[in-house]
Amino acid sequence: MSNQPSYKNTEVIQASLKKRYAREKRFQWYGRLAVLIGFTFLFILLFDIVSKGYPAFTQQYIQVSVNFDADRLGVDSSSGEEELYRADYLGIVKNSLREMFPEVSGRKDKRKLYRLVSIGAEYQLRDYAIDNPEVIGKRQDIWLLAHSEAGAYLKGQVTRETPESDRKLKDVQMQWLDSLVQQGRTESRFNTLFFSTGDSREPELAGIKAALYGSFFTLLVTFLLAFPIGVFAAVYLEEFAPRNRLTDLIEININNLAAVPSIVFGLLGLAVFINFFELPRSAPLVGGIVLSLMTLPTIIITSRAAIQSVSPSIRQAALGVGASPLQTVFHHVLPVAMPGILTGSIIGMAQALGESAPLLMIGMVAFIMDVPGGVTDPSTVLPVQIFLWADSPERGFMEKTSAAIMVLMGFLIIMNALAIYLRKRFELK
Amino acid sequence: MQTSTVFLVLITLSFVSFIAGRKRSHNVAAHEGGMHLLHSLPKHYGYMASLWAALPALLLLVLWMGFEPRMIHNMVVADLPASVQQLQHSELGLYYNQIVSYALGSSNADLLDEVQVAAASQYLELKSTSGGMKALLVSLVAVMGGLLAVQRIAPALRARNHVEGIFKWILFACSFIAVLITLGIVLSVLFEALRFFQTIPLTDFLFGLQWSPQMAIRADQVAASGSFGFVPLLVGTLLISMVAMVIAVPVGLMSAIYLSEYASRRFRAFTKPVLEILAGVPTVVYGFFAALTVAPFIRNLGESVGLTVASESALAAGIVMGIMIIPFVMSLSDDIINAVPDTMREASLGMGATMNETIRKVLIPAALPGIVGGILLAVSRAIGETMIVVMAAGLSAKLTANPLEAVTTITVQIVTLLVGDQEFDSPKTLAAFALGLVLFFVTLLLNVVALYVVRKYREQYE
Repeated sequence: MSNQPSYKNTEVIQASLKKRYAREKRFQWYGRLAVLIGFTFLFILLFDIVSKGYPAFTQQYIQVSVNFDADRLGVDSSSGEEELYRADYLGIVKNSLREMFPEVSGRKDKRKLYRLVSIGAEYQLRDYAIDNPEVIGKRQDIWLLAHSEAGAYLKGQVTRETPESDRKLKDVQMQWLDSLVQQGRTESRFNTLFFSTGDSREPELAGIKAALYGSFFTLLVTFLLAFPIGVFAAVYLEEFAPRNRLTDLIEININNLAAVPSIVFGLLGLAVFINFFELPRSAPLVGGIVLSLMTLPTIIITSRAAIQSVSPSIRQAALGVGASPLQTVFHHVLPVAMPGILTGSIIGMAQALGESAPLLMIGMVAFIMDVPGGVTDPSTVLPVQIFLWADSPERGFMEKTSAAIMVLMGFLIIMNALAIYLRKRFELK
Repeated sequence: MQTSTVFLVLITLSFVSFIAGRKRSHNVAAHEGGMHLLHSLPKHYGYMASLWAALPALLLLVLWMGFEPRMIHNMVVADLPASVQQLQHSELGLYYNQIVSYALGSSNADLLDEVQVAAASQYLELKSTSGGMKALLVSLVAVMGGLLAVQRIAPALRARNHVEGIFKWILFACSFIAVLITLGIVLSVLFEALRFFQTIPLTDFLFGLQWSPQMAIRADQVAASGSFGFVPLLVGTLLISMVAMVIAVPVGLMSAIYLSEYASRRFRAFTKPVLEILAGVPTVVYGFFAALTVAPFIRNLGESVGLTVASESALAAGIVMGIMIIPFVMSLSDDIINAVPDTMREASLGMGATMNETIRKVLIPAALPGIVGGILLAVSRAIGETMIVVMAAGLSAKLTANPLEAVTTITVQIVTLLVGDQEFDSPKTLAAFALGLVLFFVTLLLNVVALYVVRKYREQYE
């Protein structure tokens, strides 16, 4: 090559240029494609969740003309609240439905008829009767919650196109519902029950309130433990730790803990807190402790970065006017580093809010109907509730699951937005 | 007495000590002839008194809480008849649990014999005595500590230095917790795993090709004796992780290259945070997505071309796990590519190489150790990921390399073995800890190697 005249080289290069530029173009397109794939996955994921979940925010009601028959209820107009509480409301629900569809006969068909309204309808009537005792012995139009399958038909999720054997709602029930729609006796309302009840075996009655409270108590414990310990540890490592083997050991441990699978923390919680210290199972207390161990590395690492970025002149000024090292840190360095520390802590808390694997280990997978009142009551958390519902075979739970995911993601978005806002304000300084 | 009440009492006592210490420092100073004689500010004397009141008492409270259940257990068991005491360890545990749950009112008496009912009342008695003593002793220690500190207050006492000395120890203790957590993980997992290896030989576990942890509960049951071969789980885990890497590495790496080398600043500022949303989505959401959307889609797709696809195929779980890891690979590679010095880029471009030649022949070879380290970290993430595989992968352990079949993973087995009611001593539950031990060490090894490689790589260009 070297003894060839140089213009030949140029020719060779000229000839290969087209190919090289084409390759360059192709390579750029690969890059764009990769970004696009990432976007597509994100879009499909979000679209899938929202499209499955948004119907859960409405609920179908059926207007039933209820005959509060005093004899059938076993009460009279002078009955007290106690008697009204114990009366047989299921009977009048069934009776009223039969009166609306007098042509229905046979036990099987009747049972199908009763299944148009929710199992919760009798409690709805009970509460109504206790609030309005004058209704006893009279007839009243009342909107009763539809059964989840009937609701799915009214929402258009179940259609006649599916073969009858493949769906729970049968043709005859669809006819009844159609006639109810024609009479204007059906209505769609915002699903307030979803936010005001705990878990239930019936999809239409299930809500996330218990799980939300459980998540709140768990996160409270996590924050109260992880935040002070994490910040103190970061202060020690940044400001006071001598350079020695022990400090190295601590630093290596923190870095490794950040990468330990979360389920291993669950094993630790089970073996140490539940089996050794005998703390209560399924309680937010243990869940919070386990999650705080898990988020500790995140908080320490981000707090250290925030403390590191405080300008040395602030430290020197404080030391120069006679503050002790501890006063320098607590009066001057930490307040300046606080937005950064809070940003890291919020991100750590958001991780803890979405975490479920270690909580499965310590028994927070129970069926919880009652809203927990404290950190030692049995409870579950939102992600675990999602896990439980995702396992349920009823189709009604699928939309509940997606709706709960939407609520969870909403909280995560709020927390992350807060963290970004704090970081932006911090950067301006 | 309730622990929370004791805790409140402790806080009150500590606060009272603060007031007393501050007041006493004022009095002492006035007596000696003026505030300027005090070494520290009055509040420092207060802090000192309150720390002296709170810390020893708190330590006592924590120790008491740690040892109380064990002490009561031993005392109750010691009073049980000899025939009960000779029961096997696990049976005795069950027997004792019945006593406790009856004593706490969560089960009723029909299930128990008379001895247990008597033991339950003894348990309650011991518990209330212990609670009373705990409250008394803790308060006593707090009062003594506070008084002692208040007594010592004198103008020459260097209260601020004293308080700061204690505080530095508290700060140290907080950072030492990280070591304790690691120690706790290793010990708790190791001890249970060792007990497991007493019944199941280590070689059977490591080299066995069969995993079916169903053990006969009673001796006369026909059920299999249970086999704990770990190989199918490892293969399943690696299979799913590999599928995840096949998705995550090309997409993540190419996105990082495109964003750091080609994209405009504005496009990058918009794209990076959006893709990082994928990292913030909770894993349970990915699990739901994998089980209810991706798995049926893949099964239908496979059936339409005549393949049999399991409804819990490794492919579905792997793809979704790959999606989850994309931003992880992306931001790690982004950091590493940005760490390559600009001089190398400029030299290559100056020689007339195109951008893509520069990337492929200069940047990637230079960044390769770092990228490999990043991929190792991603693999360790995939191996430890739990919720996606619990919801979307199978339960039966099959030794196969076909991603269309259902396989199970280490984490899935840990969850299935431990969720729900279990007796704590059966090999079945102990097996979960053995799996946890393996999981911990495999991920630890990957992380240590990866962090080492990444650090070496960074130092090279610093």
